[in-house]
Parts: sequence; C-alpha cells; structure tokens
Amino acid sequence: MLVQALIKPNTYFDSVSLMSLSTKANQIEEVEQAIIAMGTEMNKEVMKNVGLLTPEVEVAGASDLIIVVKAATDELCETAFKKINELFTKKNSGKKGTNDIKYSTISSAAGSNPEANLAIIAVNGAYAAREAKKALENDLHVMMFSDNVSIEDEIELKRFAHEKGLFMMGPDCGTAIIGNTALCFANAVRKGNIGIVGASGTGSQEVSVRIHEFGFGISQLIGTGGRDLKEEVGGIMMLDGIQALEDDEETKVIVVISKPPAPSVEEKVLAKIKTCKKPVVVWFVGGNEEKIIAAGAHFAKMSKEAALKAVLLAGADESKLNKRALNIPLIEEVRTKLTSEQKYVRGLFSGGTLADEAMHAAMEKFDNVYSNIQRNPEYRLKDRYTSQEHTFIDFGDDEYTQGKPHPMIDPSTRLARFVQEAKDPSVGAIVMDFVIGYGAHEDPVGAFLPAIIEAKQQAEQEGRHLEIIGYVLGTELDPQNYQEQIDKLLAAGVTHASSMQNAGLLAREFVVKGE
Amino acid sequence: MSRISDLFKSKPHVINVGIESFKDDLLQQGAEVIHLEWTPPGRGNPALIAALDKFESPELMEKIEAANRLAVERIINSQPVLIGYDQAINCVPGMTKTTILHAGPPITWDKMNGPMKGAVTGAIVFEGLAKDVEEAAKLAASGEITFSPCHEHNCVGSMAGVTSASMFMHIVENKTYGNIAYTNLSEQLAKILRMGANDQSVIDRLIWMRDVFGPILRDAMKLNPNGIDLRLMLSQALHMGDECHNRNVAGTTLLIQALTPYILQTDYTIEQKKEVFDFVASSDYFSGPTWMAMAKCALDAAHGIENSTIVTTMARNGVEFGIRVSGMPGNTWFTGPAQKVIGPMFAGYKPEDSGLDIGDSAITETYGFGGFAMATAPAIVALVGGTVEDAIGFSTRMKEITTTENSNITIPLLDFMGLPTGIDVRKVIQTGIMPVINTAIAHKDAGIGMIGAGITYPPVEAFEKAMLALSENIQ
Repeated sequence: MLVQALIKPNTYFDSVSLMSLSTKANQIEEVEQAIIAMGTEMNKEVMKNVGLLTPEVEVAGASDLIIVVKAATDELCETAFKKINELFTKKNSGKKGTNDIKYSTISSAAGSNPEANLAIIAVNGAYAAREAKKALENDLHVMMFSDNVSIEDEIELKRFAHEKGLFMMGPDCGTAIIGNTALCFANAVRKGNIGIVGASGTGSQEVSVRIHEFGFGISQLIGTGGRDLKEEVGGIMMLDGIQALEDDEETKVIVVISKPPAPSVEEKVLAKIKTCKKPVVVWFVGGNEEKIIAAGAHFAKMSKEAALKAVLLAGADESKLNKRALNIPLIEEVRTKLTSEQKYVRGLFSGGTLADEAMHAAMEKFDNVYSNIQRNPEYRLKDRYTSQEHTFIDFGDDEYTQGKPHPMIDPSTRLARFVQEAKDPSVGAIVMDFVIGYGAHEDPVGAFLPAIIEAKQQAEQEGRHLEIIGYVLGTELDPQNYQEQIDKLLAAGVTHASSMQNAGLLAREFVVKGE
Repeated sequence: MSRISDLFKSKPHVINVGIESFKDDLLQQGAEVIHLEWTPPGRGNPALIAALDKFESPELMEKIEAANRLAVERIINSQPVLIGYDQAINCVPGMTKTTILHAGPPITWDKMNGPMKGAVTGAIVFEGLAKDVEEAAKLAASGEITFSPCHEHNCVGSMAGVTSASMFMHIVENKTYGNIAYTNLSEQLAKILRMGANDQSVIDRLIWMRDVFGPILRDAMKLNPNGIDLRLMLSQALHMGDECHNRNVAGTTLLIQALTPYILQTDYTIEQKKEVFDFVASSDYFSGPTWMAMAKCALDAAHGIENSTIVTTMARNGVEFGIRVSGMPGNTWFTGPAQKVIGPMFAGYKPEDSGLDIGDSAITETYGFGGFAMATAPAIVALVGGTVEDAIGFSTRMKEITTTENSNITIPLLDFMGLPTGIDVRKVIQTGIMPVINTAIAHKDAGIGMIGAGITYPPVEAFEKAMLALSENIQ
C-alpha cells in the first residue's frame, strides 16, 4: 500500500464540508483509505494514529488543506486524487431540492395558499371524514373520492358544507368537472352550457361524453355522491347542486342523474326542479316517467337519450345530429351466428351506472336478469363468482374491490371473470365498458386484448361464435388515445358500440331468440 | 351561494390529499395543485386519533390554544442572561460530591451505553473518587454514586452530559421570569469526556479547566455587573451564519469578544490568559453549551402550564430519547428508543461505529434553533443532505409542527422568518413529522470520542405516549 498526500496551501474548508468530502472520498473505488482535512494539530494526530502521516502532512499548517490517500499503486493514487478533485468542483445543481414548500396538513396548506378553493380527499375511508371536515373548516369545497365513509359522517359533512355554502361532493361518485377541469375520474369534454348534477359517477361521465359527441359542452359537472338521494342524506348536495346551476349564468340546461331516489327525497328533488327556471332533464336509472313529467322536467329513460334531450334544449338542430341509431342489419347477422344454446348476456362492467343501464335494457326484454347490484333480492347473484342466466356485474362494487384499486385502474378481477365467461357455451354475448379519461387506466383495451383474442379463438375451435361488445367511454380530448382504443377492439373482432345505451341494447338484441 | 359561484368562476386551486396521480392529472389540465405529504394521523392508531379528535372539541381546543399561547409567549419573552460561572457544587440545586448528572431521561449505571460509561468513569477519576477508570466503574456500580438527569437539576449537558461536583458551570438567569439554568464548559472537540473519552489527556484538560479556565471565567464575570444578554447574542450569531447547535463559529467569536475585556482585568498571569484564548480558539464549539443553557432557561419558564401541549424538553441518554411537555408538570418523561444519527463521519469511521443519539443538546431544537434553523447556516448544509434547498426545507417544514414564530430571533434567508417555536405534540401526532435534530456522533465504545455529525429524529413513541397522557390529563 502507498500513502500519498496532496497539500493545498491556504485553502479553507469548514469541518462539516470536509467530513462530507472525506466520506465521499472513501467511497471511491481506487481508495483504500482517504482523509481530507485541514492541517490542524488535532487532524494531524488523527492521521498519525491511522498511519497516514507523511512528511508533507507533518509540516502542513492549520490553514492548509490536506488530502491523504492510501491506495495499492501510484497510478491508483493518481486516479483517486483526480476523482477527489472532482468532488471539490462538483456542484449539487442537478439534485432535486426541497424548494417547493411541502405541507402535511390541509390547514397549513390552506393557510399559506389563500387562493386554494377545493380539496380532493382520496385517503383511506377511515381517515377521510376527518380530512374532509378540516377542508370544510378551511372554507374549501370538497371532492371526496374515498369510499368506505360512514353515512353518518357523510350526513354531518354535507350539513356542515351546506351551512357554509360549500360543495361536499362524493363520497362514492368520484366524478366532477369544475371550471372545465376534470377532478378524479372524469373525461376531457368541451366547455359549454349544459350543467350536470349526478349521484352516479360513470352515469355522469357517460352523459358528459355524449353531450360532447353531439357537439355541445359542459358548464359544470357536480358529483353529489352515490348515497346522496338516500332517505338518510336527503339529497343535500343534489338540491344545492341544482340551485348552484340555476344561479350559474353559464348554464342553460341542467341534467340530473341518479339511481332511483328514496321516495321522500325524490319528492324534494322534483319539488326543487319544479321551481327551477331553467330546463331540467332527469335520468333516474329505471325511474318513473310520470312523476318527472309532472314536475315539469324532461324525462330520459337512458343515458344517450338524456344527452340528446339536453343538447336539443340547449339549442341543437336535431336534423344535424348524428344520433347513431342501432345497427339493425348487424343484429340480424349476429343472431344467425349464435346457436340456440347461446341465450345469455354477460355484462362485465367497471362503471356502476353503466352496468345498471345495460341491466335495465335487458330487463325490458327478459325477466331472468341477475346482478350484484339488483335491487330486487330475488335477482341478486347468489354467488358473486358464478353467473346465472343473464348476469350483469359492477366490478366497482365494494365486494369486488376489497384491498384493490377500482377496476377502472386495476383490470385484474374483471379480466379473470371475462376468461371464465368466455368458456360458458350458454353465453351469447359479453358486453364490457372500457373507461378512459383522467384517473383511468392508461390502456384499458390493451389490458384485455390478449384475453379477448384467445377467447375468440378458443370459441371458434369449439365451433361457436363468441360475440363481444366493447364500449369505450371517452373523448378524443382524453389523455389516452380514444381512436386507438376503438381500433384495437375492432382489430380483435369486437363489436364496437358507440354509446353505453347502444352497448346495452345491442347485447340484449343479439341474444333475443325467435322474434 | 357565493362560495360556489366563486368556485365556478375561478380555475380550481386544489389541495390534493391521497392518490398522487390526481395531482398529475390536474397539472396536465393547467390547474394549480398542492399535493399534501399526508400520512394517517397518529400512524393510524385509533386511540391517538380519538385523542386528536377529543382535543378538537371547541371547549378543549380553546383551553389548549390559550395554554399554548402562554407557553410560547414565555419562551419568546424569556431573556436569558449569562450572569456568571461557578463550580457545580456551589450552585447547582441538589448537587453533592458523589452526584453525577447525565444527559437525557433517567438511567441507571447498568443500562448506560459506552460513551456515557466512559464519561462517568472519567468524571469519577477526575473528582478523585477513584484512582483509575476500572476502580471508577466498580464505584459507579456500587450504588454509592447518585445518578440523576441534568434536566432535573435545572441543567443541560451536551452529549453524555456528565457533570460532577467540581466542574465549572455557566449560570444563566432568566431576567423576565427569574429562573436559572446551568451547563458545564465546553471541552472543545474530539477526544473529550462528554464524547466518552477518559484517558489522562482528558482528565488533565478537565483539571486545567477546573483550576485555570473556570476560575478565570468566574472572576471575569464578577467584573461584569450586567451579564451577557444571550438571546440578543444568539440572534446575532444566527444572522452571521450559525445555527448554534453544530455551527458555533460566529457565536463563539461574539461570546469571547464579550468576555475578553473582563478576562483581561482579572489578576491571572498573561500566560494563563493566553492559555484561555488559545483554548477557546482551538475549536469553534466554545459557545455551544452556552446556547443550550440559554434555551433551557427559556423553556423552563414555559414548563408546567396547565393544558399546554408544548414540548419543553427533548433529551437523550444514548439509550432512550425522552421528552417533557409543559402540561405534564415536573419530571414526567415520555420516552422511546434513541435513534441512529446519519451524517458525514471522520475519516476511518463507519456508521456501525456510531453510538445512538445522545445528549441534552436537542434543547436547541426544542427552542427553535439548531436543526430548526438550518436555513441560517448554508456553510454546513452537508449535514442535512448537501443543498441549501434542503436546509431551507428543514426550517420551513418545522413550521408544520410548531405553534408560532419567534419574532425576536429570525432567519434572514427566509425573509426574516422567526424561529419555528413551540413544538406541539398534537401537530407531531397529526402530521407524523418529527422534529429534526442535527447533532454530533460519539463512538459507541467508551474512550474514543466524537466521530462525526449528522441528522436524527426523536422516536415517535415518545410523542405518542405524551399525547395519550395529555388526553387523560386535559379535561
């Protein structure tokens, strides 16, 4: 081993920097041992103790910088000195600093940023209510993405928000578009004059996307939370949302979306709508037309219909709209391909309202429609892993998402079920949604493609036609490539439906026998 | 509905809590987003969350806030003044010839770590109670020595904190509230008693400090009737680039400058006076203990305020880290295991040589300087990761867990932000952010001394225990 010293006369570095440099110097490959220090008596003693004292070091003064290196050869010493010199000149410019102030609580972030106006809460449900309360206390509107929030907490938060004149959107409906900005799960749609208040996440997404496709746009989309129209909550946010859109100058038409509300809440909401000065389109999935008409609102049975009515009220020229009617010849063609055994539809959905809409379409023609979200317990799936006759599954339901992300992000559960359904010889058509937009999977179709191709081939080998209907919920403005998603489906032999409504209707029609 | 129409008319400015990809989506759309560094409060422990919730009831909140306002007011308004130096036996309450004070919460001889045992045996030899360290170890184990935390005697001690009867102490008086705090003299750096070294050179230095250095300082201060205003001096030192825990260059210069006229007037020989100046100049650390006594003096004035959740002590004995909280009066300690200190080390030493975090010096962070004031000391940013941004980050981050800013002592680089002051147990539990401490590293074995310096944090357990106790106590 060789010990070499380099003395830099009258070169001052403070002891902490030198410790840091020494630590780095000792990590240099060629270095057996290195010390970088000022030539104080104390440091020279340390060097003596570890056998690194050279004659040059011995005579160095307290204001001289000493670099001592122990290495195997002269050459390695030279290389080490070179690398150590680099350490002195290297600046930390590339390193990411902590220049951005970091905040750990809503109060501190809001306190230091008075222009903040909205909080998105997407933490574990056990903590979500606490954080939402903090946000409201700090005069922030809240978008509560978290699920597993108790209904008691929801009521308390919404009452508090209402008192303060704030929005408390969610939980369990992670969709909103505020000021043309998509929050959580939402699509990039044109700004326009149609406002949406929705207690259903994908239902609201679907209507916003259809409105966009018809050439119109959204002023605001307020996601009220899936339980808002339950008896206990009493539609607090729905009522505030309608009022807000009525007051909003940009909004010309209001669309109200929900699963059927509790009767007392329905009464309140319809009473509110009755006094509303702006036209209101109501789509309550499976809702009652008479009551809605009686409230002076426009009734929509399905999603595309809701969007269509809204754009017409907003001033669309019906003759110029492409309504994308159902493809009747295609229905005929598929029917002939399916055997008499292939009687059933299996709907595998990532979006709850999309599942609901397709299910309701099927229920109009069939009475043996089963689902995990059926309101009639008689038709609720006995076993969530096994389909019965016509089956529609919402994979976003809590029972499928325990410990997993939402199926719009993590396709694995739905994918496994698809493989299973594709093998069932009684299945005529499988219908699926592929949701893109903010918050969603970067390539939802791509995640299914290998399984779809394999299933089709397998069915063919077994001598049956497997009809798969795919619907891509999204717009050409979404961060994913909308057209590419559709192209992938078409290339795999999937029937592409132009809307959720059409997807549900096609699936139903394909398996109808003997009409 | 005006808040809603405001929302509709302006672009969303979002505080995002939880899923980080929502932040990216919002940024992509041109919205303003602050993504919180959020962790479950109280690490998700239901008892701690219940305690936080309990304290948020309007009635308790008001009580606690009022108590904490009083506590931080006392910290900020304290005016600690160095009024003299004397031997511990003459001034420290409860001191006896066989008492050894140590850093941190209470600990018995058998549980002490290497550096503390090294310091204790060295001190016993220094006091003439044993002829060598072997005999001293036997005496220490015999039960004839009274071990007690510095903090329980109005003292603080850096590193092992070992303080014995004849050692000279700073005497610091709180001119606002009247209480007094003590700490011993700096032995300067490296192979020294407080770092666990105890060979003859260490003992010889202690003897010189007892016979020459201490008496000169004592007699010098007798000539200074007004004392030295340490809060003012601390403020100056921070403006000169010290953070006054690990960097004491400016503070030491200011302090010796203030002492010099009086030292010169004492009756000691020129040679002895020169020895004093040479000793002070041999290291930047001379004023290090002085700031600790200053902080202790202010924080003691804030201790014992009913309903207050403000931390008044953070101290470590090398095995356990202990805190005291204002609303839990007296010597109620909440402890957790002492942590490793991470940072640059002297050549030849490796992280596995380090003893665990030790010393009462975290009193500086409890007051609001040291690690909390890293932004004042760009010269030693290597301690905290190497960049000035990192140093600034440490200082701004501490505002999340403190109650107010100390307008008397400011950080120029942060637009003269006052020191983050009054660590609040509730905020620590709520955010999961631990107070940052920058400190020296002692070798884990007795007899070796300082081997580096770096950053450490208290164990969260100490704060969790304090939170639960406060929750019982505040009704």
